[in-house]
Amino acid sequence: MAGTIEREIPLGAGDDVQALPALGRLHEWVVTVDHKRLGIMYIAGGLFFFLIAGLQAATIRLQLAFPDAGIVPPQVFNRLLTMHGTAMVFLVGMPILTGFFNYLVPLMIGARDLAFPRLNAFGFWLWFFGALLLYFSYIGGDGLYGAGSAPDVGWFAYAPLTELPFSRGNSTDYWILSIFLTSVGTTATAVNIITSAFCMRCEGMTLSKMPVLVWLAVVVAFIMLVALPPLSAAQAMLLLDRFLGAHFFDTQAGGSAILWQHFFWIFGHPEVYILVIPAFAFASEIIPVFSRKVIFGYSVMVAASCAIAFISLSVWAHHMFSVGMTPAGNSFFALSTMLVGVPTGIKIFNWLGTIWGGKIRFKVPMLFSLAFLFQFLVAGLTGIMLAVAPFDWQLTDTYFVVAHFHYVLIGAIVFMIFAAIYYWFPKATGRMLSETLGKWHFWLFLIGFHLTFDTMHFAGLRGMPRRIYTYQPGRGLETLNFIESIGALVQGVAVLIFVINVIRSLRSGEPAGNDPWDAWTLEWSTTSPPPEYNFAASPVVRSRRPLWDLKHPEDPDWKYE
Amino acid sequence: MKRWCLTIAAVGCAPVAAFANDWGMGDSNSKIPPSGVFNAVSTPAHEINTVAFFVISITAVIFLIVAGLLSYSIVRFRTRPGDDDREPPQVYGSNPIEFAWTTVPVLIVFVLFLITARTIYTVQAATRPAGAISVHVIAHQWWWEFRYPALGVVTANELHVPLSDPKNPTPTFLDLESADVAHSFWVPRLAGKTDVIPNRENSMWIDPHVAGTYLGQCGEYCGTEHALMLLRVIVEPRADFDKWVAAQKQPPDVDASVVYGRQVFESTACVNCHTIQGTSANGRFGPDLTHLMARETIGSGAAMNTPDDLKVWVTDPNVIKPGALMPAMNLGDKDLDDLVAYLATLH
Repeated sequence: MAGTIEREIPLGAGDDVQALPALGRLHEWVVTVDHKRLGIMYIAGGLFFFLIAGLQAATIRLQLAFPDAGIVPPQVFNRLLTMHGTAMVFLVGMPILTGFFNYLVPLMIGARDLAFPRLNAFGFWLWFFGALLLYFSYIGGDGLYGAGSAPDVGWFAYAPLTELPFSRGNSTDYWILSIFLTSVGTTATAVNIITSAFCMRCEGMTLSKMPVLVWLAVVVAFIMLVALPPLSAAQAMLLLDRFLGAHFFDTQAGGSAILWQHFFWIFGHPEVYILVIPAFAFASEIIPVFSRKVIFGYSVMVAASCAIAFISLSVWAHHMFSVGMTPAGNSFFALSTMLVGVPTGIKIFNWLGTIWGGKIRFKVPMLFSLAFLFQFLVAGLTGIMLAVAPFDWQLTDTYFVVAHFHYVLIGAIVFMIFAAIYYWFPKATGRMLSETLGKWHFWLFLIGFHLTFDTMHFAGLRGMPRRIYTYQPGRGLETLNFIESIGALVQGVAVLIFVINVIRSLRSGEPAGNDPWDAWTLEWSTTSPPPEYNFAASPVVRSRRPLWDLKHPEDPDWKYE
Repeated sequence: MKRWCLTIAAVGCAPVAAFANDWGMGDSNSKIPPSGVFNAVSTPAHEINTVAFFVISITAVIFLIVAGLLSYSIVRFRTRPGDDDREPPQVYGSNPIEFAWTTVPVLIVFVLFLITARTIYTVQAATRPAGAISVHVIAHQWWWEFRYPALGVVTANELHVPLSDPKNPTPTFLDLESADVAHSFWVPRLAGKTDVIPNRENSMWIDPHVAGTYLGQCGEYCGTEHALMLLRVIVEPRADFDKWVAAQKQPPDVDASVVYGRQVFESTACVNCHTIQGTSANGRFGPDLTHLMARETIGSGAAMNTPDDLKVWVTDPNVIKPGALMPAMNLGDKDLDDLVAYLATLH
């Protein structure tokens, strides 16, 4: 048993704040610097905005279910699509994924917290109030009479539509400030994750023995550090334009509209990887456990993720193939974008290699992960189509692109977020989520997803641009759009089942025990939920799968790594 | 049960259907073949299709192989009833296999890149031949202005171009500029889209081989009425095109019976934004109305160009196109009738 976890020492007895009255408990959550509580708050906050932004998407689909429908007026529709997009990226995707990293990274490296717990709390509250600012624009966004409330400039807010002559009132200012604050909060988290992973690993855990998830958390944190500052700079410049008469993007005074696009996409494309690499991270933990096999090609998986991170910084202008770049520029960005496909393909092959020869258990987290593999494959392949710049001239800003990025954002990321919630919920709460409800959730969500987003590809190919509040009859778009809206309804039902499942399981779910999935990483060695200090004694590891070594002393990993 | 569902669906849809009014556009659109990207009738769109079919074939093969392997392994390696509790053999990786599935994609990327670059240069680096038509396209919130500098023609929302014979091509080159925010010029059957960006000149070209009407629309989100910033391209044989140009260059015939309508036009705010050759109206914020009746649609494709729709539009454009920048004119009934009678003579 040499070199494994010291299990003899009694682990923590759980929360002693249970005894406090409600207000006291709330106070404990507000002042907490515990990475687990902050992680849960990030995830809970993200899920809250997921429901709101999801309802906004449902309204969008209702309006588009029929041609020339008058459910919402155009300006309200444009606000819905702007808020839906902005919220889903900054208020849903980012916080849920940083929340998981917050929760899991210290547990997986055998630490008691992140390196800077107070900075962590600071980052969360910046995000929280930034998020509130965005939705507060519905109340406070009115500046001039008739200028409207929430921003209606689209989530990438192309200049000069965001400049004062075209965007009166304060709604765009709320948008700017909200993104500014949430980005600063996220940058703080990035610093924290990198420092923790490099400095706080338990004894025996060299860099090459970190779980894949922790490696990918570090990769994501580095991308955040590089990609978010250009976004914040651009927001500051736009604010200067709007309040102090600077002319960065103000074309009427000689500013450059393209400059904004460069700034935005230098952030915007790495952002896709900031969101999708955590999905890879979850898949790389969940697929091995439910295939009962060690991850295939650990070091190649890590290397491929680093390669994706590097290449992702040089592909931004593939969002701008139609702005009139030179042929050489278009060719460069076509090439760099296609190259991303290589490490991404390697990852899919390695997951396949992990499943191959295993004994697959079809629990809910695995179902979501398997659907992720197929959907991410399709998303990657339509991504290659879009990388072909001439084809992109036809497809950019159409529903084909909408379908493509929802395949990434929902088909890959949201599916893996659900997988991760089903997988780690028992650890965080001590209770299992219901498998039956979980399977209903999975199958309905899968059907709804494909009804909505498979058809969108064809709507795009038939010439339907994105961000239109209506379309005229007689253009062959009616049936496709109606099917898409039905799919949205089915997805809504699935999410409702998920919400019911969470609420029911929190109250009366089956007790989980320490290690319900028979898994191998350190978080499963402590109690569920873990005590505030995580581990009573700092663990000592000798391989990437310390609990495997413990369960299979006759065949430990460290012999082979 | 089924009947109940149908009833609920019918009741749910009724209000939507009741308020929908397409201003005759549904009829008009359905007479035009769908504007799908694969129904190419012009060289740039053809070139795009060639490379598109190539990449679609490659990705389809990749999909079949990888999805097939995934499906096979999910079925083959599932836990079966009666399996023992032993863990399967642990395989940590294999460098030869990793090398193989790195090299093959790199080779595919290499080939795909060469073909892509070739198409990029074919479309973007094309030179302007002597017989080319040049059109100055100016995008506005939310309509299109078309100026033919060499021909002295100004029109809006419906672009007329001559048919281009592949043996003796007469392509049309579009120089794109924006008066306000970023837009994008897109007619899927003719070419890919090119953004129309303020403070920047972009250009693109088309050489339609088949006569007909092609639907297009703004491809970049540009504010409230982005959805109804539509356009039509009318491709006609050279003789018809020349006839159209000649008619456009003439000032409209003066019709004595509508002189009062003309006075209404000249004495209200219309003249601030619109031009009609031969009158005092020379505004440039809105479309040139000199030959308004030569166009099939009004409001940038939002409604058919009929006297009834014109009356609704002049009274309050927001009824047809909410958010349109033209103000409601709120004329009296007689003034409105006379004005529209005058507009109806602008052939």
